[in-house]
Amino acid sequence: MLTEALVWVIFLAPVASFLLTGLVIRPLGSSYARLAGYATIGALGLGFVLSLWLLGSAAGTTTYDFAPHLWLSLAPGATIEMGLLLDPLTNVMLVVVTGVSLMVQIYSLGYMEGDESFARYYSYMSLFSASMIGLVLAANVVQMYVFWELVGLSSYLLIGFWHNRPSAAAAAKKAFIITRIGDVGFLLAIIYLFFQADDFALHGLNALHIPDIWEAAIPIAAGGAGIVAGGALLWLCLGLFAGAAGKSGQFPLHTWLPDAMEGPTPVSALIHAATMVAAGVFLVGRFFPVFSESEGAMMVVALIGAFTAVFAATMGLAANDIKRVMAYSTVSQLGYMMAALGIGAYNAALFHLFTHAFFKALLFLGAGSVNHAAGTFNIMYMGGLRKAMPWTYWLTVIGALSLVGIFPLAGFWSKDEILLEAWLGKGPVPASISLLVFVMLLVGVLLTAFYTYRMVHLTFHGEFRGGGEQELHDVEEAGQPAPVGVDHHVHLGESPWVMVVPMGLLGFCAIIAGWVANPIGVSSLFGVIPSHWLTDYFASGLHDGHHTPPFSILMAAISNVVALAGIGLAALVYAWPRPFTGLDPMLKAGPVHILLSQRYYLDHLYEGLIVGRIFYQIIVAVTDWIDRNVVDGMVGLVGWISRNIGGLIALAQNGQTQVYPLVAAAGGVVIIALYLILG
Amino acid sequence: MSLEAMLVVAAVLFCIGLYGALARRNFIAVLMSIELMFNGVNLTLVAMGRWLAPYTVQEQLSAVLTGQVFAVFVITVAAAEIALGLGIVFALYRTNESVDLTDAATLRH
Repeated sequence: MLTEALVWVIFLAPVASFLLTGLVIRPLGSSYARLAGYATIGALGLGFVLSLWLLGSAAGTTTYDFAPHLWLSLAPGATIEMGLLLDPLTNVMLVVVTGVSLMVQIYSLGYMEGDESFARYYSYMSLFSASMIGLVLAANVVQMYVFWELVGLSSYLLIGFWHNRPSAAAAAKKAFIITRIGDVGFLLAIIYLFFQADDFALHGLNALHIPDIWEAAIPIAAGGAGIVAGGALLWLCLGLFAGAAGKSGQFPLHTWLPDAMEGPTPVSALIHAATMVAAGVFLVGRFFPVFSESEGAMMVVALIGAFTAVFAATMGLAANDIKRVMAYSTVSQLGYMMAALGIGAYNAALFHLFTHAFFKALLFLGAGSVNHAAGTFNIMYMGGLRKAMPWTYWLTVIGALSLVGIFPLAGFWSKDEILLEAWLGKGPVPASISLLVFVMLLVGVLLTAFYTYRMVHLTFHGEFRGGGEQELHDVEEAGQPAPVGVDHHVHLGESPWVMVVPMGLLGFCAIIAGWVANPIGVSSLFGVIPSHWLTDYFASGLHDGHHTPPFSILMAAISNVVALAGIGLAALVYAWPRPFTGLDPMLKAGPVHILLSQRYYLDHLYEGLIVGRIFYQIIVAVTDWIDRNVVDGMVGLVGWISRNIGGLIALAQNGQTQVYPLVAAAGGVVIIALYLILG
Repeated sequence: MSLEAMLVVAAVLFCIGLYGALARRNFIAVLMSIELMFNGVNLTLVAMGRWLAPYTVQEQLSAVLTGQVFAVFVITVAAAEIALGLGIVFALYRTNESVDLTDAATLRH
C-alpha cells in the first residue's frame, strides 16, 4: 500500500534531478558532468521501482483514490486542482515511461560520452521524463495541459540540443510549431469545458476534473450526467484529437516527427517510445469514455489513424536515413493505435502502445549503436555490420521482427489484437468502416515488413560500404555540402557495454512484453498470469469494461503470412537473386520513388506554399498594410489632434493685453447670467 | 435719493469704464477708464454703507463709516496703481515709441 507522498515521489524525483543537474552540477563544469547522469538515472530508477510497486498493488486488490489538492477555484463547477488519477492506464503508463526512460538514460552514458554539454543533456532529459510522468498522473485537464506543454517544451529543447547546427534548430522549431497547431484544439476543448461549468455545477461535478468529464459525456439514459452531447461532443472530441494528432504525428501534422531525428539518438528513442508521441495516444485513451459516446469522432480517429498507418509506411519505403525509416514506422504504428482507439479497441490500442514502447526504444538505441560504429545514419553507406557488432545486430533483429509482428514477439500480440478487433467490427463505428480500417492496417503490415527488412538488410548484411568516410567523400565529389551528423570516425566494433546492456534489457522486454498480457487467453499462463490479464486490466478502468475477444489462430496466421510475404518481397528485391550493389532498386520505380522520397511534397506544401506564399505574401502583406495604415494612422491621428488643439488654444494666447480682461469680463457676465437664470 | 438710483449710476460708471478699458487702444485712456471703474465701485461702497446702517445706530459713527473707509482705501490703492501704470507707460514709450496697447504684444523686446 503506497501513500500519496510516495506516488508524488515518482514525479518529484526527476524534477529534483532536473533542478540538481541544471542548477548545481552543470555550473560545476565538465569534470563533474557524469554526476548529472548518475543523478538522473537514480531519480528514474527510484520512480521505476515505485511505479512497479504501484502497478503491482493496484492490479491486486488495492484501489488508490487520493483527494486532489485545490489550486484555484475559478467558479462553481470549475476548479483547478492538482491531483493523481491512478487508473489502470496511468499505472501501466508510469511503468512504461519510467522503465524506458531509465534504459535510455543508462544508454546515454555511453552514447553522449565526451559531449561538451553532458550535464545540460541530462537536465533536459530529467525535465522531459518529469513532464511526461506529470502528464500521465494528471487528474485535472488544466494540470494535464501544463505538463502537455512542458513535454512539448522539453522535446523542443532536446531536438534542438545541438543548437549550433542550423538544421537541428530548424527541426526543433518545426516540432514546436506543428505540435502547437494541434495544441490549439486541445486548448479550445478546455475552454469549451470551462464555459460548461454551470451545467457541471448543477450535477455537483467539476468541469475540469477528468473523471467528471467522462461522466458528463455519458448520456443520462446510461447513468451519466449527459451534459455534453451531439454536435458539441463531436467538436470537443475533435479538439482533443487535434492536440493528440499534433503530438502523435498523425496526418496531416506528422511532418515534424521525421525531422525530429536531428536530436541525439537516445532522445529520439525517448520521444518515439515513451514520452512525446505516446502522449497523443495517451490523451485519446484518457478521454476514451468521451470519444466513445460520439460515433462521428470515433470514425474520424479510426480513419485518420488507419490512413496514417499506411501513408507513413509508404514513405518509409524510400527513406535512406535509418532513423527516418524508424520515424516513419513510429508514425505508422501510432496510426495503428489511433485506428484501434477509433474502432473501440481501447485495450488493444493501449496494449500496442505498451509493447511498441519497448521494441521502438530498442530499435532506436540500435540505430544509435550503429551510428557509433559507422559514423553515419545513411543505410546506403552501411552494410555488413552484422559481423562487427553481433549484439546490436541480434537485438535489432528482435526489435525489427517485433515491429513487423512476427510470432511470438511482443509486437505480434498487440497488432494481432488490433487486427482482430477491426475484423470483428463490434465497436461504435459502422462495420463497413471497421472493415476498411482492417484492410488498410493489413496493407500497413505488408509495407512495414518490407521497409523493415530493407533497413535491416542494408544496415547489417552484405559488404560494408564505407560508412561516414565514404559518404563524405561522395558528397565532396558531387560538390554538395556535407550532411550533418556524418563524420570520418569509422571504427567497426561493438558499442560499450553501457549501451549494449540497456538494449539487451529492452530486447528482453520486446520478447516477453506480449506474454505479460497472456494474449492467448489460456486460463493461466506460467501459473501466474490470468487470461488476458493486461488488456482486461486496461478495460477495468472503463465504465462498461470492454472485453478482449478470444485469440484467433486464423487471424494470427493471416497477419504472420502477410508479414512474411512483405519480408519475402523485400528479400527478392534486395537480397536474392541479385545482391544489393549500392544502387537502391527502389530507384527503378521512378516518379513513385521521387514522390515517396520527397515525402509526398507535403513539406513543400507546408513550407513553400502555406508559409511562403499564403502566410508571407498574403496574410503578412495584409497585416503589414493594416499596421502601416490603420494602427499607425490612429497613432498619427492622436498626434495630429493634440497638435491642432494646441494651435486652437494658441489663438487665444496672442499676447494682446486687452483680450485677457475681455475673456475675464465675458466670464463674469456668464456667471451673472447663470445666477439670474438659475436663481 | 434712493439706493437704486445710486446703484444704477455706479453700474453705468463701471460699464463705461469697462468698455473704455477693453476698447481703447491708448494705454493712458485705458488707465483713465480703469479709474472710472474704481469710481463706480467706490460709489457702490458708499451708497451701500449709508443704506445698510439703520437710523437707530447712526449715532455710532464707526458703524456708519464702514463703506466710506473702504472707499478711501480703494482711492489710495488706485492712486498707487496709477503711479505704477504711468511708469509702465513711460517704459513702453521708451521701447516702442508709442503708447498703443496693440503694439505691446511681446513679453520681451
